Amino acid sequence: MTKWYRENAPITADKLADELMRLKRGSVTRRHFLGVTGLGLAAAVFARQPGLFNSAAFAGDLGTQMSIATWPNYHDPATFEAFTAATGVAVEVNVFGSNEEMLAKLQAGGTGWDLFVPTNYTISTYVKLGLIDELDMSKLPNYDASTENPRFTNEGIVDGKTYAVPKNWGTTGIAVNSSKIKAPVTSWKEFFDVAMTEADGRAMVHDYQLTTIGNALVSLGYSFNSVKPDELAKAEELLIKVKPHLYAINSDYQPSMRATDAWMTMCWTNDGAQLNRDMPEIQFVLGKDGGEIWSDFYAIPKSAANKAAGYALLNYLMTPENAVKEHIANGAPTTDSRVLKLLPPEVTSNKIVYPDEAALTPLEFGAAVTLTDPGRAELMARFKSA
Amino acid sequence: MQAAIKKRNLVTAALVAPAAAWLTVFLVLPFIAMLVFAFGERAPEGGYQAAFTFAQFANLPTRAAAFWNTLVLAPVGALLCLLVAYPVAYYLAVRANPRYRLILVSLVVVPFWTSLLVRTYAWMYILGSRGIPNLLAMIGIEDVRMLNTPGAVLLGIVYGYLPLMIMPIYVSLEKLDRRLLEASADLGARPVSTFFGVTLPLSLPGVMTGVALVTILLLGEYLIPQLLGGGKVFFIGNALVDLFLQSRNWPFGSAIAVTLVAVVVVVLMVAMRIAWKVAGTRQVDLV
Repeated sequence: MTKWYRENAPITADKLADELMRLKRGSVTRRHFLGVTGLGLAAAVFARQPGLFNSAAFAGDLGTQMSIATWPNYHDPATFEAFTAATGVAVEVNVFGSNEEMLAKLQAGGTGWDLFVPTNYTISTYVKLGLIDELDMSKLPNYDASTENPRFTNEGIVDGKTYAVPKNWGTTGIAVNSSKIKAPVTSWKEFFDVAMTEADGRAMVHDYQLTTIGNALVSLGYSFNSVKPDELAKAEELLIKVKPHLYAINSDYQPSMRATDAWMTMCWTNDGAQLNRDMPEIQFVLGKDGGEIWSDFYAIPKSAANKAAGYALLNYLMTPENAVKEHIANGAPTTDSRVLKLLPPEVTSNKIVYPDEAALTPLEFGAAVTLTDPGRAELMARFKSA
Repeated sequence: MQAAIKKRNLVTAALVAPAAAWLTVFLVLPFIAMLVFAFGERAPEGGYQAAFTFAQFANLPTRAAAFWNTLVLAPVGALLCLLVAYPVAYYLAVRANPRYRLILVSLVVVPFWTSLLVRTYAWMYILGSRGIPNLLAMIGIEDVRMLNTPGAVLLGIVYGYLPLMIMPIYVSLEKLDRRLLEASADLGARPVSTFFGVTLPLSLPGVMTGVALVTILLLGEYLIPQLLGGGKVFFIGNALVDLFLQSRNWPFGSAIAVTLVAVVVVVLMVAMRIAWKVAGTRQVDLV
């Protein structure tokens, strides 16, 4: 493909990404757009254009496609387009609603993922089950451990070996549409109270044991990570009582919040920032009684078919100039001081993304035991099938 | 003579072999694996570990609500489908101008060209706040909730499975011998009694096929309750997805799957017995 042709092509990679964003904000979510429309296939066609393998940095054989497993509304689609343009590797994006689902797929085998985005509390289990590789840091020259916040990098290191590097951190708070709900919602206790009263039929909880059970526990004054049977029983009682009043149990809550079908939801930082950016009446608050602080990581499955491309994309994403675009698009806070310096002041001063330290104090990191605890898993399943 | 029979048996075996191999590898073996898993235990990190216990089956009552939802909404959905599908099939087979019939029948199948996922997703927007409830609000009917209710799930089911109900009924009505209708009219029967006395009984095989087809598929339905029920209207299919993808409890999931298969077999047998009885008596009536 000549330069002339690329500039005069019917649609440029940037424009395609723009269209995608528009579509995302419109009536269709990206989650299903990517999965259903075969965008991955289209990207693969783009990638087969000859003459794109001219970047010395990607001289190795990266193949023509790779696959990443990640979360809804979590990346700037332009990032993958740019990676494809630079390397010729098309990126297929798989979107998940919970870490349990990612673990289930990896345990069953044959995922085809070359890179995935697990949350902090799952990494020790992945290592224990031998599902992820220790990272070969020589293949990630753009990653700089010295500029990372150790509070977040620690959970990617098991027995002194680095298995995962952080993507971003964040919190699990409450998104409230303030034009619909007048009662104050500042804690998880109030979240569940309002869900049964003023927001009857308008509140959403995640389809995810960690946050749904965790926040119910917090609202009752227990630890977010509790696996004590008596405390879980109280949480189950609360959840079953709330269930008839809920709008939905779903981790992809942005479409419902945007359509004002739902007025209040459990919400991750990045989604809160995106919702608030487009609809200022949707506010994001952290529970003053507690909740979750988390960091998401990049890791490479042991079963990856195209590890070279996995490392190449990871290294690409660790470049501050690329990472900063991701952070502007998805709204989650960065763990890397190099990226922080590049972010525009309106992002770094956004209290949703970078809350005061005091607001973070009551929050807890998810604990590894919650991922595999059968009591929590079965509680969630019972809650959903009740 | 002996050689000819031998040869014919060989040909039969050769013809049957691919199907038999297919069924063995993709149906019988997985089912045996499922049976074995159903008596096992969940491994500490999820998955399966060998054991022999009935604990999984003892745990089945915790999914009673899901079984109940499925066993109620599947037949109700199939019957609603039937009520909508029959007039359409009747029109296509009996009333429609033969010149356009082929086009009209193709139109019934056209929705299958788009994925059910996309079409169900479209319903999420039609039934959501900005869809029909918004239009109703304009004429003064406020605060109507449609999405994430059992009604929305039923609507999605009728919409999604309608073509599967129309086609078998259409086929049985199309074969209907028109002279029987004329005879009925000549003998003084009104159109209504002709319909209930002649047309409907003769189309029953198609009706039974359609109802059985839709009911069986609905017993395994997962997508429509997930999208239009908001994760609150829970089918057995949803319980299975949860057990395999979230709590990674393969043995319990297998126990539920085995139970579901047993339920399907029973439902099918009862349905066939009823169909046999109905068809049998009608046969006598007609003679």
